[in-house]
Formats: sequence, C-alpha cells, structure tokens
Amino acid sequence: MDVGSVLSILITSLMAMVPIVLTSVGAAWSERAGVVSIGYEGVLLMSAFFGAIFAELASNAVVGLVGGIFVGVLLGMLHGVLTVYLKGDHVIPGIGINLLAMGVVPFGILAYWGTAGQHQLPHDAQMWHWKTPYGELSPMVLVTILIALVTWWVLFKTPLGLRVRSVGENPEAADALGINVEKYRFWSTVYGHALAGLGGAFMSVDWLGLVHKTMSGGRGFIALANMVFSGWNPLVSLIGGWLFGFFDALAAWLAPKHIIPGQFILMLPYIMTLIIVAGIIGKARPPKWDGRPYKRE
Amino acid sequence: MKKSGSESLKSINLRPFVESLIAILVGFVIGAIVLLAFGYNPWSAYYWLFQGALGSTYGIASTLKYATPIMLTALTFAIGTRTGIFNIGAESSFYFGAIAAVIFTNIWDNMWFGLAMGMLLGALWALPAAVLKVYRGVHEVISTIMLNWIGWFFVLWLIVGPYANPNDPNKTIRIPVDARLPIIGYGLSIAIVIAVIAAVLTYFLLWHTTMGFGMRASGINQKAARYAGMNPKMAVMWSFLIGGLLSGLGGAMKIMGEGPGYAISQGGANIYGFGFDGIGVALVGRNHPLGIILAAIFFGMLRAGTALMQAQAHVPLEIIKVIQGIIVITVAIPSLYDLVKKAIHRGAA
Repeated sequence: MDVGSVLSILITSLMAMVPIVLTSVGAAWSERAGVVSIGYEGVLLMSAFFGAIFAELASNAVVGLVGGIFVGVLLGMLHGVLTVYLKGDHVIPGIGINLLAMGVVPFGILAYWGTAGQHQLPHDAQMWHWKTPYGELSPMVLVTILIALVTWWVLFKTPLGLRVRSVGENPEAADALGINVEKYRFWSTVYGHALAGLGGAFMSVDWLGLVHKTMSGGRGFIALANMVFSGWNPLVSLIGGWLFGFFDALAAWLAPKHIIPGQFILMLPYIMTLIIVAGIIGKARPPKWDGRPYKRE
Repeated sequence: MKKSGSESLKSINLRPFVESLIAILVGFVIGAIVLLAFGYNPWSAYYWLFQGALGSTYGIASTLKYATPIMLTALTFAIGTRTGIFNIGAESSFYFGAIAAVIFTNIWDNMWFGLAMGMLLGALWALPAAVLKVYRGVHEVISTIMLNWIGWFFVLWLIVGPYANPNDPNKTIRIPVDARLPIIGYGLSIAIVIAVIAAVLTYFLLWHTTMGFGMRASGINQKAARYAGMNPKMAVMWSFLIGGLLSGLGGAMKIMGEGPGYAISQGGANIYGFGFDGIGVALVGRNHPLGIILAAIFFGMLRAGTALMQAQAHVPLEIIKVIQGIIVITVAIPSLYDLVKKAIHRGAA
C-alpha cells in the first residue's frame, strides 16, 4: 500500500467519522441525563432526506444542515414527550421512529423527486469541500471535533453538565435539590437527537451528495456501540468514531480491488463493531437511572 | 359467592385490544394527511387498498399469504420481549432460513428436511447474540443489528455466488418439486396453517409450561426469578434460540411455499424487511401470540392491498410503511387508553 492510498483512506475515515461521532456525542449527553433512544438510525435517515430537500429549496447546503437539526429536534421532542413526560418505555418509540423512517424516506424520494430509491443532489445544494490530491475534506469534520470538545467541557466542567449528569445518576437527589428532572431530561433528549439530525443531513448534503433509502446503513446503532465503547464520554467517542470511520473507509477502499468477494469486505465495519463492543463491555457502566422513567413520589 | 358468566367475561382485559385499534386509526389518519400533503387522494388510496386486500377470494388469500412470514418474525420479537430482551435479529434469521431451504432441499428434496434446516440455521444465527448477551453483557439491540448486516452480506454472497441459478441470473437455484409446500388455493400454501400452529404452540409454551413460566418470570424480574431458583441466563438463551428458530421457519416457508419458478431474487429483495415488519406486528399484537395472529393478518391486509392501490390510485406502496411506523409510535404512548377515554368523557359531558 502506497502513501497516497493511506492518505486517501485517512481522509475518507475523517468524513465517515462525522455522522457516527455526532450521534454518539448526542446519545451520550441524552443517556447521561437518563434517556435511552435507539431511534437514531431513523433520525439519521429522515434528516438526510429532509436535509436534502431543504438544501435544494434554498440551493444552500448550510440550510440543509440546519434543516437536519430541525428534523432531529422534532423527533427528539416526540421521543422526549413519550419517555420523559408520559413515562413510557424508552426502546419502543425508537423502534417506531426507525420503522417510520424506513417508510417515509423511500416514499418521500419517490413522491418528491419521482425516482425510486436514490436521488443525486444538484451541485449548488452540496457543501463546499477542501480539495486535496487524496480526496475532499469537509469543514464539518472540524465542526464535529469542536462539538465533541464543547459538549465534553459543558458536561463535565460546568454546573449545567453537573445537573444533567445528576438527573441521570440520581434523580431523587437532584429533585430534592430543586432541579427540574423532567426539564433537563427532555432537553437533553432533544439535544441528542438534534446532533444526530446534523449527522444525517451531513451524509446527504455534504459527504455523499445523494439520498439513498438505506443510506444510514446501521450507523445509528454503530454510534450507540461507540457511545458504550467510549464510556458515555463525548471526547473519547471521537477516537471510537474515527476507528469506525477507518473501517468504513478501508472497506470502501478494498471493495473495488476484488481480493475477496465484496460482500465480505462490506461486513467489516459491522464485524469490528461487534468485536469491539464484545471486548469492552463489562468495564463500561451506564448512568444509574439510564432508561428508567423517574416518577416523583 | 356466585360468579356469573358476564362477570368472568368482564375480567378479559380489552384495554390492549382497544389501544391497538386506536393506534391503527391514528396511523390511517396521519397517513391520510401525508397523502394529502404529497397531492394524493387518501379516500381513493384507502378504498383500493382494502379492495385489494379483502375484495376477492384472491385478495383474502394474498392477505393470509403476506401475514405468514411476519407472524413468525413477530413471534421472535414477542418471545424476546416476554423474557426481557429486545431481539431485533428476526430479520437475519429469516435470511438464513430462506437460504437454508434453497441449499438443503437441493441436497435432499424433502419438505420436512428443508423446514428443519431452515429452523436450525435460523436458531444458529441467533446464537452469537445470545452468548454475547449472557456472557459479555452486550446489549442485544446493538449485537442483533450488527448480525443483521453481517448476515445480509453473507446471504447476499451465497445468492449471487455459489447458489446463483446458472440458467437464470436473476435468481438462486429453485426448490425441487418434491420439497415444496402443498398449495391450498389462490397461491396460498399450507405455510399459513404451520404459522398459526407455531403461534398457538408459542402461546402454550409461554403460558402453560414450567419453562415458559421461568422465561416470563425472568422477563419481569431477573433477580426475583433467580431467587426463586430459576435460571434467567438459560431463559435468555432459549428465548434467542426459539426466536431464531421461528424466524428461520418463516424464511424457509417464504421460499418453499410458492410455485415452480420461485427462488430468492438476485438482490434479495423478496427476503428483506420481514423481520422489521414483524416488530411492528408484535407491538400491535401486544407481544401475545394470539394478538399476533390478528395483527399479522391486519399487516398482511395492508401489504396485499398495495398492488391495487398503486395501480388504481397511483400511490407509492411505501406509504404503507409510513402508516406502520406511525402505528408503532402510537402504540408506544403508554396512557393512550386513558387519554382517549378522558377525551370521550369530556366530549360527552
């Protein structure tokens, strides 16, 4: 393998890192506050689709990214109302959001653009990239690293972060101290889904420049695995996210070489996720009240 | 102390049934709004949907045909939920059941052998998630989703590679005539009968055997079950294995219960998505095998009606998946029944 290939894999891995890290960081924040969601797969898919529509309407990729955040916020509010205020199960609404996305996106692509399964975005709706001899790099890579840093800092170094973590670790004590447990949990859920929404829109208007009905490709779940791997720490999830991005990029680089059947290469990121998660669990401990509804006595 | 018949009838809890009906209604209403937003006529869409599903003997037969695989994948999810786990792996056990039917009926052209191998491969593919859950504490949602993707690419390789039909590049090799499931009529095979039997057996297992009691007890409270002398680890293991077995059976019957030319298509489109649809069926059927029979027939109806809906009302069939997703989210609203009851009382007052 020559230097050029290595650099090209590294650049692709930075792009592939973005949706996974954004989702992991958001999910870590939300779970630190005690709300579990497995609906990020659907959030990524739906925000990729609606983000693309927003970007095309405005002929501007940034509008598309903001649109993705907006979709994330709406879905986060839905999940927050069901889990935080109505005290429902945390897993089932996520399953519902994932199933909904599997319907909305293929239906939407067909109904809105009139093509089945896939739509290519026009050039003016796509994000501007730095061009290097080994591939294109999006400014969103830097934004993602910055979001991970800031989220980590707020979560662990500020009073706001302390309150968020307290409602996930010990809501009774937090409640006794006058912290509005439901408010913190609700907005943490919204923040988590908003970041996933940004990650989804990144895939369509920035990284790939297209919408495909299965484009999320398990990344919502890989992000959850990465969140566990990183011990619910946004900063560490940068490392894990890059690692998964690397296997994604490696698979994309290996696929056209026909060394072994392509299907086996495409399995790579999923196999690595499984191995890493299997190796790491046991040490990792979720926040104590993660996924448990808190009802005031 | 006398107990009249009407009293014992009252003790049947209708609440879950009513909640599912409300969820279905909400799904259709929001579906109609989506249709309007994209410029379709919802009345015409729904008319042709139900016309296609129930308007003829052929329609009813295809409703039952579509209900069959999702009845089995729904049972997989329901057994998981009853033992306290979210097993999303029905999807890939289904692929393995389907490819097992193709592989093994071509080794020995016997229907029972094909079904048995489908169940075996389905159960084997569920094993890694079970082991990771019990011995490594890996959350089953993550492991089963990863196994779904790995299984998808593996089976896809078998479809386009070793088991591709040399005479028809769009399919795998066929199921030998002697190994196919008998057809009842209108393209409907005995698969539906086997699926209903599987649902009844699952009900019997969960509610009328010691093993099932242990599984449900572990699902409600692991610690209490262990204290009572049960083995929650084994309960989880069995839940994955029986779940995989049922989906494997579903996959095998999907391929074996058709006419002569049928096989797995090149891109795997005719074996994709049944596990995910099964989750919706299980949730609407409230994770109860008998509820699942009804819910599967309802989802089968939606699926069977789409062809006519697409042809007559020109609505993309994916709208059905949108409606299904909304139904599942609505089912997740915990106090739905109380909310509606309160609204009705307020309206009546």
